[in-house]
Amino acid sequence: MQQLISILVENKPGALMRVVGVLSARGYNIESLTVARTLDPELSRMTIAVEVEAAMRPLLVKQILRLINVVQILDLTDAPVVCRELMLVKVEVTDQMREALLKEAEIFRARVVDAAPGAYTLEATGASEKLEAFLELLRNYGDIEVIRSGAMAMPRSTVDGRRGGKKKDLKNVRTDT
Amino acid sequence: MLMNGARIVLEALAREGVDVVFGYPGGANMPIYDQLYDHHIRHILMRHEENAAFAASGYARSTGKVGVCFATSGPGATNLITGLVDAQMDSIPVVAITGQVPRHLIGRDAFQEADVFGITRACTKHNYLVKDIDDLAQAIHEAFHIASTGRPGPVLVDITKDVQNAKLAYHAPGPIHLRGYKVSLEGHAGQIRKAAQMIWEADRPYVYAGGGIVASGASEELRELAEMVEAPVAETLMGLGSLASEHPYCLNMLGMHGSYAANTAISNADLLIALGVRFDDRVTGRLEAFARHAKVLHVDIDPAEIGKNRLADLPIVGDVKHVLRKLNKILEETKATEGAVKADSRRQWMAQIRGWQQQHPLLYTPSETEIKPQTLVQEIDRLSGGEAIVCADVGQHQMWAAQYVRFNHPRLWINSGGLGSMGFGLPAAIGAQMGNPGKTVFALAGDGGFQMSIPELSTLASYGLPVKIVILNNGYLGMVRQWQELFHNRRYSSVELDCFPDAEKLAGAYGMKGRTVAQPRELRPALQEALDEPGPYLLNVKVSPEENVYPIIPSGGAVNEMILFEPQKEAVSS
Repeated sequence: MQQLISILVENKPGALMRVVGVLSARGYNIESLTVARTLDPELSRMTIAVEVEAAMRPLLVKQILRLINVVQILDLTDAPVVCRELMLVKVEVTDQMREALLKEAEIFRARVVDAAPGAYTLEATGASEKLEAFLELLRNYGDIEVIRSGAMAMPRSTVDGRRGGKKKDLKNVRTDT
Repeated sequence: MLMNGARIVLEALAREGVDVVFGYPGGANMPIYDQLYDHHIRHILMRHEENAAFAASGYARSTGKVGVCFATSGPGATNLITGLVDAQMDSIPVVAITGQVPRHLIGRDAFQEADVFGITRACTKHNYLVKDIDDLAQAIHEAFHIASTGRPGPVLVDITKDVQNAKLAYHAPGPIHLRGYKVSLEGHAGQIRKAAQMIWEADRPYVYAGGGIVASGASEELRELAEMVEAPVAETLMGLGSLASEHPYCLNMLGMHGSYAANTAISNADLLIALGVRFDDRVTGRLEAFARHAKVLHVDIDPAEIGKNRLADLPIVGDVKHVLRKLNKILEETKATEGAVKADSRRQWMAQIRGWQQQHPLLYTPSETEIKPQTLVQEIDRLSGGEAIVCADVGQHQMWAAQYVRFNHPRLWINSGGLGSMGFGLPAAIGAQMGNPGKTVFALAGDGGFQMSIPELSTLASYGLPVKIVILNNGYLGMVRQWQELFHNRRYSSVELDCFPDAEKLAGAYGMKGRTVAQPRELRPALQEALDEPGPYLLNVKVSPEENVYPIIPSGGAVNEMILFEPQKEAVSS
């Protein structure tokens, strides 16, 4: 099963590679990875989805936390989270089918961000499964081209993360369990 | 006062208390070497960068201080890698400072350019690429902080040549604060109380002590614990000397080549007090069979070690010295009451272990016609009396030394434990001797490992370091040959080392003394001659070629699969 982890990392050269290195050194393939600066410009937030055997998960989390640049790590795999992904998709579409396409896009709350003769570019956000379903539909219209951002996940909790349901703030666990 | 970056490096080093560095100059670190020219920090010119890293490690292991090595960009830095991995595996504080090509040439495949920052990411606790002189002093001081605190380890600082030449005033940074680096030293008070209770409730407690005891300087606390609880202490390869070998509760080494008593006891223990250890596969063998009757109390400063290989019933994250101080205090207060309940069972347990010790002590068949390798290490033990520094290389001799040589203190036994890197012994001895000028330092090596470090004879001779090199020469890559004998039907593939140089001539070529002995009666006088020689000495000892290290638990085996000594060999290999 996929492990979903959220990592707060110092915004420094090489920090991304250090985190990725822990995964790649163990032969794990990263399914998706997003990273961008947080409100604190010194920090970045990464969301990583990776296929890891259940037994190795806690160890992996601790070994990533051990990195000097990693400030916090949350294992969101079994936690209540809001998880979203952004997708850009270019669809080849005939003039006759444009109307139908736009209706279906509306169902999935996708927006047209570019229109060109013979093709629309749509932007959609949502849970990965919803995007998959949308893609299935779009394939009926013609050739498609897709770019996906990978999952971004945020625990359902108060802003400072104190009440995170089952999620574990391991930076706290670190000072003794 | 304005100074160049190279000078700032040395200022920062001096402020960190560095008095010696091991290194090798080259194009990209020449500004640093220029500043070293008339600086009070002493530089030892090694003959290979790998050996500079090993020497820094030997210095760190024997003194407890941070060891420092220098190398230039490209090949200089890549030659450090094995030494860095070794320090990483054994948690040794080493700071490596490498030159990098100038900033404007980075990424242009410049001469002697290599992505050292990228290459060393996986073999350091942390690393830096300094491209701005404003960051330089901070990076060096952070490197020392990271290397020496928490779980120690190697840190590399890669400095572009233009930064070494740029000018700035040196200001020592204030207290170092790293947002992602928190070390918890003290251990959770509630957990420590539970630990005390767990110990007093055990009938058959067993202390499994490792390199963490050495790193945190917790030998005294370990001794107190053992004596208070009257519990046996077995040491890992990295933990030898953490409790004096001759202490009545010391069972010496456990694991693959550990003693029968240490390994049998751990299989029968009902509580494992694991202190600064990582449940290495060379200790545990098959994990499912390891200490299977025991609850586990695991103390380690690295939270990632807890539950890595064996789940802990009671984990305590903290510095083992701090934790033991608190634990011992509680044990002392409760000994008369709670401690009395199981006191009899603990004494019976200890008596049972004494029985195992007598039943199967370390065993070999001495010879009057050839020098047995075990006899050689016993002679070294006799001369050392538990007080000399013994730097081992890797292989059979390392295991025999670990079994037979006593260590009254920590930091006397220096070896490449986790990585098992051949060629470690001699350069590590150079580092150890630099850190301990008055002490007797043996560099014990096999004929294989020694030949990996022959260039360092030049370093020894050049600095007149009185290291005593003793080669346990069986003409084979002995440990590989042993495995081929036991597990590969004696198909001795590429393990025979012929054409070993004449030791007297080899030593003589460097202006050193040396000789070869092959007869048992020659051994003692030759060792004495080596010790009496004020400078370095190369003693090549020809030993029985096909002697094996026993006991041995085959790789991935369980303790009850232990092969105790030679005669049982046939039964197992068939």
